[in-house]
Order: sequence, then C-alpha cells, then structure tokens
Amino acid sequence: MNHRAIRAIYLFEMARTWRTVLQSIVSPVVSTSLYFVVFGAAIGSRISQVEGVSYGTFIVPGLIMLSVLTQSIANASFGIYFPKFTGTIYEILSAPISYFEIVLGYVGAAATKSIILGLIILATAGLFVPLHIHHPVWMLTFLVLTAVTFSLFGFVIGIWADGFEKLQMIPMLVVTPLTFLGGSFYSIDMLPPTWRTVALLNPVVYLISGFRWSFYEIADVSVVVSIGMTLTFLVICLAVIWWIFRTGYRLKN
Amino acid sequence: MSSIISVANLSKTYGSGFKALKNVNLDIKRGEIFALLGPNGAGKTTLISIICGIANPSEGRVLVGGEDIQTSYRKARSLIGLVPQELHTDAFESVWATVSFSRGLFGKQKNPAHIEKVLKDLSLWDKKDNKIITLSGGMKRRVMIAKALSHEPQILFLDEPTAGVDVELRKGMWEVVRTLQQSGVTIILTTHYIEEAEEMADRIGVINKGEIVLVEDKATLMQKLGKKRLTLHLQGKVTTLPESLAHYALDLCDNGATMIYDYDTKGERTGITSLLSDLRTAGIRFNDLDTTQSSLEDIFVDLVRTS
Repeated sequence: MNHRAIRAIYLFEMARTWRTVLQSIVSPVVSTSLYFVVFGAAIGSRISQVEGVSYGTFIVPGLIMLSVLTQSIANASFGIYFPKFTGTIYEILSAPISYFEIVLGYVGAAATKSIILGLIILATAGLFVPLHIHHPVWMLTFLVLTAVTFSLFGFVIGIWADGFEKLQMIPMLVVTPLTFLGGSFYSIDMLPPTWRTVALLNPVVYLISGFRWSFYEIADVSVVVSIGMTLTFLVICLAVIWWIFRTGYRLKN
Repeated sequence: MSSIISVANLSKTYGSGFKALKNVNLDIKRGEIFALLGPNGAGKTTLISIICGIANPSEGRVLVGGEDIQTSYRKARSLIGLVPQELHTDAFESVWATVSFSRGLFGKQKNPAHIEKVLKDLSLWDKKDNKIITLSGGMKRRVMIAKALSHEPQILFLDEPTAGVDVELRKGMWEVVRTLQQSGVTIILTTHYIEEAEEMADRIGVINKGEIVLVEDKATLMQKLGKKRLTLHLQGKVTTLPESLAHYALDLCDNGATMIYDYDTKGERTGITSLLSDLRTAGIRFNDLDTTQSSLEDIFVDLVRTS
C-alpha cells in the first residue's frame, strides 16, 4: 500500500481546511448556535418536554447530525471536484496509487473534518443546554459511521458533478430536506400515523434516531435497524465508487 | 539501446465514437529524447494520457520499463514524470508544498535536499514560499516540471513544455532537458515548435489523425526526406525565364536578382549540373551560389499533408 500517497492527500485536504477555517469550522458552528437560540431558547421555551427531555436538549443529536451530514457531503464532494475542475486530477490519476488509496485519502480527510466539527458542535451545545451521553462509545460509532458514509456519498457527487450547479444540487435539493424531515427537530412519533409511515422511508430518520438513542436512550426506531440502515448506505456508496473507478466514469474517459 | 516504453496495437475510441488513436505501435529507447510531432487533434495528448494512466485504452498494450501499465500500474507509473500541456496548478498552495505533495503522492520518502535541487535547477528557489497564484505563466510551467521531477522519474513526458514561454526561458528549459538526459532520464516531448524538436530530439515521431506516420532518427529523417535549395545570386536582373529553363520549376526573387532551385537529395540526379549548363547556354550568369537543407518544419508539413 502507498501509505505516503494516502498521507499526502490526507494532509493536503486537511491543510485546505485550516486555510479556510472560517468557512470550514467557524461558519457551521455559528449557524448551529443560531439553531439553539431560535429552536432551543425561543421556540423551545414554549415546548415543555419531548419524551422526557427538554426540547433544547432533545434537538442536540439532530443538529449535530444535520451538520455532519451536510459537511461530510460538502467536504468530500468539493475535495474531489476541485482537482477535476482545475485539472490537477491528472497528477492523482498518473500516480502509483490505487483507487482504494485515493478514496482513503479524500474521504478520510472529509470524514475527519466532519467528526471534528460534530464534536465542536457538541461542545458548543454543552454551553446552551445540560447534556448527558448514555452511550458515548455508540455515540462516537454513529458519528464516525455517518461521517464516513456521507463523505463517500459526497465523493460520488464530486465525481458525478460536471459543474458547480450539480455539485450543489443533491445537497441542497435532496439531503437538506431529508435532514430537516428526518426528525432533527422532532420525534417522528409526534407525526400523524400516515406521515410517520412516510417518514420511515427517509434514511436520515434512522441515523438521527440511532444517534439520539446513544445520547438519551430514546429512539424512533430500533438501534439495530439504525445501524443496519447506515451500514447498508455505506455499502451502496462503496459499490458505486468501486464501479466509478472500474469504469473510469467521469475520470478517465 | 533497449526500449523503456513499448506501445503495441494501441487504440482509443472516445464515447462520442471519435477514434483518437488507431492501432499505434511505438518504442521509445532508454535514454533518448523523443519528439512527437503532430497537428492539433492528432492524438499526441491521448497517447501520453494512456501511457501515464490518465485515460483508459480501448485496445492494445503498453509496457513501461517492462511493466504493464494496467496490471502492474504501480511500478509502471512510478517511473514516469508528467508535465501536461495545460497549466494545472493548485493556486493557493506554495511552490514548496505542491512539489513536496507530488513526491509524497509517488510514494517517495521526504527528501528536502532533492526538492531544493530541483527548485534551484529550475530557478524557482527564491519563489519556494510564494503561492502559485502569484507566479507568472512561465514560472507555473516550471513548477509543473518541478512537480514531475520531484519523485526522480526515469521517464519524463513534456507535453508542449514551452508553449507560451519566452525565448530565453525556452532555451533555459532546453538546458534542463539536456542535463536530465545526461543523468539518464528518457524524455518524450510533444511540441508545436519544430525548431524545438530539431534542436533537442534524437528521434522524431510524427502522428496524424491517430496514426503514427513515421518514426526516424532526426538526422536520418532530415537526410532522407530533406530537400535542398540552391540559391543563385545573378549578375543582372532577369524578368522572364527562357523556355529552355521552364522544366526546372525555378523561382525568381528580389525582383529577378535571385534564382531559386529546389531539388531532392534522394533523387538519382539532382539536376544541378544540367541547370548550370543550361543557364550558361541561355546567357544567364551569377556572382555567387549557396545551398540550404530544408527544415524539419518543411518535412513535417509535407508529411502531414500527404498522410
């Protein structure tokens, strides 16, 4: 395995994060804090409790997931799209490096950034509401799995996109609505039965539910189902990436 | 000299159906400077892209240093440094960081002394901490060469290396290329500047419409295909040529003060003796004469036109 190449790509991508620290870290933290102010303090003060926890506390896992999902996709898609856009991808493709190693470098960096961001948001949330994490290991497992899975998804979008519009299209038009409707701000038990059934078609529901369970032991769906769904999506993304590299789709043709 | 690159029956058809390469066979000798000439769209960049792993071939096989570029891609690619035609750079990286990144990408251990030498050889040392976006076009081109040399390749591909580079810098690059060849690096360059191939190359390949039209030693090529030109500086001005000289296809220049005769060195008879004899009979005298070999550019244009 070309460890030095993986390291080079990983550090290159991480260096980009520190160069754009305002956009990469500070901006999502500020917007998440605003969610706490609006939903936690202003609106939340009118809502007594959700399944035994205060509303402000209840939305913490959902807010972290919201940021981790969107940032994983944004980081990974931009990470691979930008070399395609500038043409510097030639160097990656002509280097003695396997597809797996390329993915490891780019997706590893994107996932790292998201995990750091998720932990920063968690710490930020601790300033607004009292937090107690029942299953910290499971919390980290869900965080890492989600960051990796959606970074892989972002990588696929970055390869597929042949313009900045397409790069934004899936995150804006698909992922953000799914995340908002996936129970970030409410329990799907609060929905009428019909809409609850519809909500179960949304994969994000399972991610947020599992993540929230690791915090408060309350979940919309079984934890096993949550992990199963996350792993299924992970495998689908890996399969698509394997196909992309095998065929050279949008890279070598 | 053994082959360091061996291309066999290589074809490339793009998704649109366009055949960029048609059954290309080519061997590059170890340690030579090989110039690949061809008009725009001839297939030069496609050929290089396939050898370097940037594009997939449709058919055929390529060996680099005896290693198959598909089944043994790590070994094959680690031998190659590529300087593409377009200026693809990471605008916001420093020169030092981007060149070091390339070395890491090729799996080589850190070696600041080597990077320093490469940057100094390319007159980039004083710019090592500058962001690439602040550099001129010529400097960016040299940064790309530095990236390609960062991992000490045995083969260097230079795709239009001096496009848009001023004359002085171009000559500086030629020096770098010669030094690299002396250190044992095989160099394959594509160029639009025929003078560059004429100046640098040991062998020349001409590609047109996806096919290799010709591969030849430069000297042999010029000797074999080269036409020579005889220029006669006349004593008096000649306005019209007599009928007896019509079959020589002579040209009159400088208002009739100079007469030009092109002849083929490959021919059994050059026609010079009879021309001089016929000139004397016609009463046309001259003060001086000189002969010149046609340039590689003339040969190239002829080849592309007829292929």
